Amino acid sequence: MIYVIYYAFIMMALGMIFSAIRFVKGPTAADRTIAMDTLTTIGVAALVLLGYMFHRFIYVDVALVYAVLGFIGVIVIARYLEGAL
Amino acid sequence: MQSLTFNQKLGRFILNWVFLFLVWLMFTSTFFWQEVIIGAAVSMLLSLASIRLFTCCTLSILNPVKIFWMIWYFFVFIKALIVANFDVARRVITPSLPINPGIVKFKTKLTTNYSKMVLANSITLTPGTLSVDVIGDTFYIHWIDVETTDPEEAFKIIAEPFEKVLLKIF
Amino acid sequence: MSILEIIGGILLVIGSSFLFLGGLGIFRMPDIYNRLQAGTKATTLGGMSLVLGVGFLETDWIWKSLIIIIFIAYSNPISSHALARASYHRGHYPYIKSKEKEKMDAYREVVPHTKKEEKEDKA
Repeated sequence: MIYVIYYAFIMMALGMIFSAIRFVKGPTAADRTIAMDTLTTIGVAALVLLGYMFHRFIYVDVALVYAVLGFIGVIVIARYLEGAL
Repeated sequence: MQSLTFNQKLGRFILNWVFLFLVWLMFTSTFFWQEVIIGAAVSMLLSLASIRLFTCCTLSILNPVKIFWMIWYFFVFIKALIVANFDVARRVITPSLPINPGIVKFKTKLTTNYSKMVLANSITLTPGTLSVDVIGDTFYIHWIDVETTDPEEAFKIIAEPFEKVLLKIF
Repeated sequence: MSILEIIGGILLVIGSSFLFLGGLGIFRMPDIYNRLQAGTKATTLGGMSLVLGVGFLETDWIWKSLIIIIFIAYSNPISSHALARASYHRGHYPYIKSKEKEKMDAYREVVPHTKKEEKEDKA
């Protein structure tokens, strides 16, 4: 079982590295926002898996709050880019 | 903002209350009586405050036929989501990037805002399509591999399996 | 090893592979709309199945992981739609491979293109 968890963490770390490269490189602000959104979703999944690994229930709450805040942040940036704020 | 009769408001309020209370029970995952009472009070206040904004439908949505179609829609949606993911995986892994992107439009027969929102969200998660904008009853869809630019045929390929079921629910 | 653990492990492998594909898609695709397509779809299914896999492994957590799943399935399409519309209004027009550029871009009739930004859409 522990090897499955290691595999999952390695794959998530690779995904995070690729989207972090896009976050640094991205030509426009919207590209960076997409990269941030992807990083948030991968981070939520990683927090839940970390909670399972350490047997800490509180990590799931942290993941939920992080998902809500990331969603609100992306919506606010999108409205700002559109010129509606 | 549409004006609602008292019965509509009551139906929406009860539906919203039950839904929020279920979310609270799932969130605390306990049946300790203090938690349950506080949850009932907070979800009642929230659903009173959001009666005009976030509610979708009255109690008539709980009709068994509609619930059957909702479960059917869930399965249609999950199948489309899995197909979409393997499609995206194939396109991302192929070294030559087999894409031919463009934006197409089509008209829908759905009328209420909530059902249009559900359709747009479903379109975003299904193979190769992303909803860019909804103006009135016209959907503008970014398509990763455009097969046709004709609105009728695009509607048949992209949205017909979902809309068929949604028209029976809403 | 119980049946729940096997199902949970399979879901973990599927979910993390799709999360990786989401990151790779964000990195490889040529313009913002295609990045949104790859990023949204892959990370939605990846996150959903990984969180559900943890819910299967630790059965006390299944309700809270269901809330996270519902929230991911609701919020990811909305944020990608908002970003796509915002970037079109901002003037980042989609990359179009075929020759008939006018015909392939139906949203042009709502937001007319301006001359200045026409050059920049190759980025």
